[in-house]
Amino acid sequence: MRPLLSVQGVSKRYGAHIGCADVSFDLYPGEVMGIVGESGSGKSTLLNCMAGHIAPDAGKVIFDTRADGPKDTVTMSEAQRRMLSRTDWAFVHQHARDGLRMGVSAGGNVGERLMAVGERHYGDIRGKATDWLERVEIDATRVDDRPTTFSGGMQQRLQIARNLVTGPRLVFMDEPTGGLDVSVQARLLDLLRGLVRDMGLSAIIVTHDLAVVRLLADRLMVMKSGRVVEAGLTDQVLDDPQHAYSQLLVSSVLQV
Amino acid sequence: MIQLKDVSKTFTLHNQGSAVIEVINDVSFDVAPGECVALTGASGAGKSTLMRMIYGNYLTQAGTIRIGDVDIVRAEPREIIALRREFLGYVSQFLRVVPRVPTLDVVADPLRALGVPADQAQERARTLLAQLNIPERLWSLSPTTFSGGEQQRVNIARGFAHAYPTMLLDEPTASLDAANREVVLSLIEEAKGRGAAIIGIFHDEAARARVCDREIDVSAFTPGLSSSSEAVGQTQETAA
Ligand SMILES: Nc1ncnc2c1ncn2[C@@H]1O[C@H](COP(=O)(O)OP(=O)(O)OP(=O)(O)O)[C@@H](O)[C@H]1O
Ligand SMILES: Nc1ncnc2c1ncn2[C@@H]1O[C@H](COP(=O)(O)OP(=O)(O)OP(=O)(O)O)[C@@H](O)[C@H]1O
Ligand SMILES: [Mg+2]
Ligand SMILES: [Mg+2]
Repeated sequence: MRPLLSVQGVSKRYGAHIGCADVSFDLYPGEVMGIVGESGSGKSTLLNCMAGHIAPDAGKVIFDTRADGPKDTVTMSEAQRRMLSRTDWAFVHQHARDGLRMGVSAGGNVGERLMAVGERHYGDIRGKATDWLERVEIDATRVDDRPTTFSGGMQQRLQIARNLVTGPRLVFMDEPTGGLDVSVQARLLDLLRGLVRDMGLSAIIVTHDLAVVRLLADRLMVMKSGRVVEAGLTDQVLDDPQHAYSQLLVSSVLQV
Repeated sequence: MIQLKDVSKTFTLHNQGSAVIEVINDVSFDVAPGECVALTGASGAGKSTLMRMIYGNYLTQAGTIRIGDVDIVRAEPREIIALRREFLGYVSQFLRVVPRVPTLDVVADPLRALGVPADQAQERARTLLAQLNIPERLWSLSPTTFSGGEQQRVNIARGFAHAYPTMLLDEPTASLDAANREVVLSLIEEAKGRGAAIIGIFHDEAARARVCDREIDVSAFTPGLSSSSEAVGQTQETAA
């Protein structure tokens, strides 16, 4: 089997300051990888380098494209990258409003992604949009309401629907359950787990919540000061952490 | 089916003065298909640690642990994930689940992960839950609010949903009443009957005598613990 994503020596500096440094790993189809680490450790920087939002200073991000096989997304044209981010990639932001169009109806938010990949038939688009709203447990009667009228948890679920409607193969998530209360988080986690399994998605999830990674991620990477200090099977890293920093991280939360 | 060769384990506690705890030193043994081997030894001897190493949950510093044809010690995470999905089952001491997921789905989950259709997986889950005397009115609820014994039985149902060729059982009969203990022992006998290689930890001696073919005394491989007597051998450790 070929990796879906191969990250090789990715580094990003902000002036003299390190964002992330020399990160390498392979992600295989169907795998979910978690990234944890203290605030400022470079998690979002790395995620944005992988998703093509910021250009790394060094390194390769090789994605196994449907049409042409493995391609370095750092060196491909902006247009090709934009196409990938509409079709094969999804990006779930921590704040739903960064990933949604707040002035457009819920149905429109989901339908827009479909139109961006060339769907034209109004009935089909509306049908798929309603279907996805139901899959993320948003009542179909809300299809014409704007996200501004939704709760935080509903907005986050709408963002997920908008992202997954085009059948992406790789989902990037930056703190997808951050800012939501615990019961809403649990519901969202359950939803995400089901979607990952049923659609065979691969995902990379940045979070500070070790309970979230334990439940969602197969593999885990621990970052500190821009570098990966430990990586492995999620339950192994959490239950038998090897690096001093991972041990500190795991022992400073109650029980996960 | 399961083969341990020269296996050792130490924990290094970096944030506690880099204390090094040697738990397992140089264990080797095999488990054949249809065989159940018990891990025995005093509390703290390292029984659960050794079991977690075999599952790939704890890292192993030295030696090889072969499950089928995978060496857990050197395998990539995705190889271990695949092995756990298809080949290596584990009933841990405590149930850990995604909140809000109904018991029926918790039990059906290992089969769903193997691609078994939902209705078929749920059918198997129903059979096991009924066998383990979990009242049907609880099946649609999340097990997070269940009693300790109920959670343990859900955990066992989940662990036996798929017919794994190799299984690890950490005190599967603890906190169960006589009737449920009997059900669990018959599930183990059934698994042996179909050729599963099993490693178990049982504090219950009668249970052990009934289902286990051999015993490995883990204390014999615990540095600082001489086999079956705990008092001796501790003195050298205190210097650190
Ligand atoms: N646009 C930027 N300009 C300058 N420095 C930046 C920029 N973005 C991030 N940094 C710095 O790079 C480092 C890594 O930031 P990053 O946002 O990747 O951290 P993070 O791990 O996602 O943290 P958090 O958990 O707080 O979201 C930090 O020290 C941060 O201050
Ligand atoms: N993750 C860990 N980090 C550090 N030390 C550990 C860890 N897990 C276990 N140990 C230590 O390893 C030793 C063996 O523990 P283990 O749980 O394997 O014993 P056991 O034989 O299963 O005991 P019991 O019969 O009480 O369950 C103990 O000293 C324990 O503190
Ligand atoms: Mg961040
Ligand atoms: Mg134990």
